[in-house]
Amino acid sequence: MKIIVAIKQVPERDAQVRIGGAGNGFDETGVAWALNESDAYAIEEALQLKEKHGGEVVLLSAGPERVTTTIREGLAKGADRAIHVACDDLAGRDALGVARLLAEAIKPESPDLVLTGLQSDDLGYGQTGVIVAELLGLPHASLILHVEKTETGLLVKRELEEGWLQDIELPLPAALSIQSGGNKLRYATLMGIKKAKTKELRAVTAGAAGESTATLERISAPQKQKTTQILGGSPAEAVAALVDKLKTEARAL
Amino acid sequence: MSGILIIEEARKGGGARAFQETLTAARILADLIGQPIQAAGIGDSEKNLFLQVCGVPPTAAYEIVHPLLETYTSDGYTLAYEQIIRQLEPDYVIFPHTYQSRDFVPCLAARFGQSLIGDVTAIEQGPVFVRQLFQGKFAGQYSHQGNGPCFISIQMGAFRPESTGGGIMPIHRFTPTLDAAQIRTKPGAPYRASAQTVDLSSAQRIVSVGRGIKDADKLPLVQELAAALGAELAASRPICDAGWLPMERQVGSSGQTVAPKLYVAVGISGAIQHLVGMKGSQCVVAINKDANAPIFEVADYGIVGDLFEVVPALTAAVKAATS
Repeated sequence: MKIIVAIKQVPERDAQVRIGGAGNGFDETGVAWALNESDAYAIEEALQLKEKHGGEVVLLSAGPERVTTTIREGLAKGADRAIHVACDDLAGRDALGVARLLAEAIKPESPDLVLTGLQSDDLGYGQTGVIVAELLGLPHASLILHVEKTETGLLVKRELEEGWLQDIELPLPAALSIQSGGNKLRYATLMGIKKAKTKELRAVTAGAAGESTATLERISAPQKQKTTQILGGSPAEAVAALVDKLKTEARAL
Repeated sequence: MSGILIIEEARKGGGARAFQETLTAARILADLIGQPIQAAGIGDSEKNLFLQVCGVPPTAAYEIVHPLLETYTSDGYTLAYEQIIRQLEPDYVIFPHTYQSRDFVPCLAARFGQSLIGDVTAIEQGPVFVRQLFQGKFAGQYSHQGNGPCFISIQMGAFRPESTGGGIMPIHRFTPTLDAAQIRTKPGAPYRASAQTVDLSSAQRIVSVGRGIKDADKLPLVQELAAALGAELAASRPICDAGWLPMERQVGSSGQTVAPKLYVAVGISGAIQHLVGMKGSQCVVAINKDANAPIFEVADYGIVGDLFEVVPALTAAVKAATS
């Protein structure tokens, strides 16, 4: 099975990201980057399928030069090769625009399966995998926790709300958006990291951005829903104040 | 081409509130752009559609009916909604942001050359649509361009539903043209992962732990706090994903919805997927090292600090206060 996994590089979870540009972008100065969390699960699912059924795992990522670092990390985990769609204006493209970029790079590869993570931890559109399926004319399912290959195609486990699940059968080729938590993630081995350096990483140039239909105009701090009393001082002082308030104000103790 | 089309997701017993919230969002938009509201939804054999409309009703509603739409499939729903949108030609289409709409609306919007503006929490003058970025650390204002309809999905709980009054609207039947061969996926019946042995929904007090705990070895810290408070232990998704606590202790959109008297969030940043599961709590305490963590926006009391210092101190203080 030939599997393409589309991945995204995002700021590290604890990165202090600030609003930048003209108030509609982020200041990348000093930001450390990492692989998007659900994308890590997509890579894991692909590697497990390859281990069971053979084939090839190809990583695909769009973004500026820095994303090649994250791509190499994926190659170190066991992916076979990668495609980098060089693109400096990724954040300025809407969900459809990004999906078009990826679909264009996927098409000539004719994969059996396209995997993406469910949602990015930065902009969080949560649409890429679904739109890529539409653009490539593939059946799809999202929020997938487990993938099994059958004689006729795939049997996947889909997460529903409030602890419910559902199995779905779909033919190949197909596209799936992978939810986090379905597998245990592997770490790259030392050997894997060495090998990754020599694996093929092909750069392709992104096409020009088309007309955006959903444009991010302004970024701001979120509005508070409640008036939060922040209890300061040393840990001992803060917890003493908290216990007092829980007893007398909130009557929750 | 004009108007706002709102979509109801038919579901057993649970769809009515989501529909009222969608209607509230549509009314805000209607006031801004001066256009009428219509409603549509895919009907099921149990007639779970348009059961309740509070406040001024939409001018008309369309029940989309077809044997191939009896169970949800992305292909079937995309085709059906594509056809009714082409017929009604609305300027705006508003969906509730649910697991179902996340699965097919991006695809539907792409069919019209559009990007869905998803998980919207507010609609403002412009119109601009506000949605969260970086899991709630920032809010982004989005505008729509182009000639096609603008597709929006609204976050559940973000728009206050009307709960009284109401009227009736004419309900029309819409039968899309569908062929079984167009539906490529075969969905099975929903099932529960395992028997639920923990019912967090009736707990009076909950101590919930998130990624900030860093290591499974550190869990006793929060277990001791839970014991001191007489609370159930719960967690946000990453903790259950990592297998540190069982899935049935997960609070959030994919786990349990809770409404205790006291909810203590330890090392939980407060992504929306978690907040939807706990915002019905009466009193929320947040302990987090990041003063900008979104959890502080829904907390009554907050301590900004190192949980490895704060939690043991709190456990001791609670024990002293309750003994």
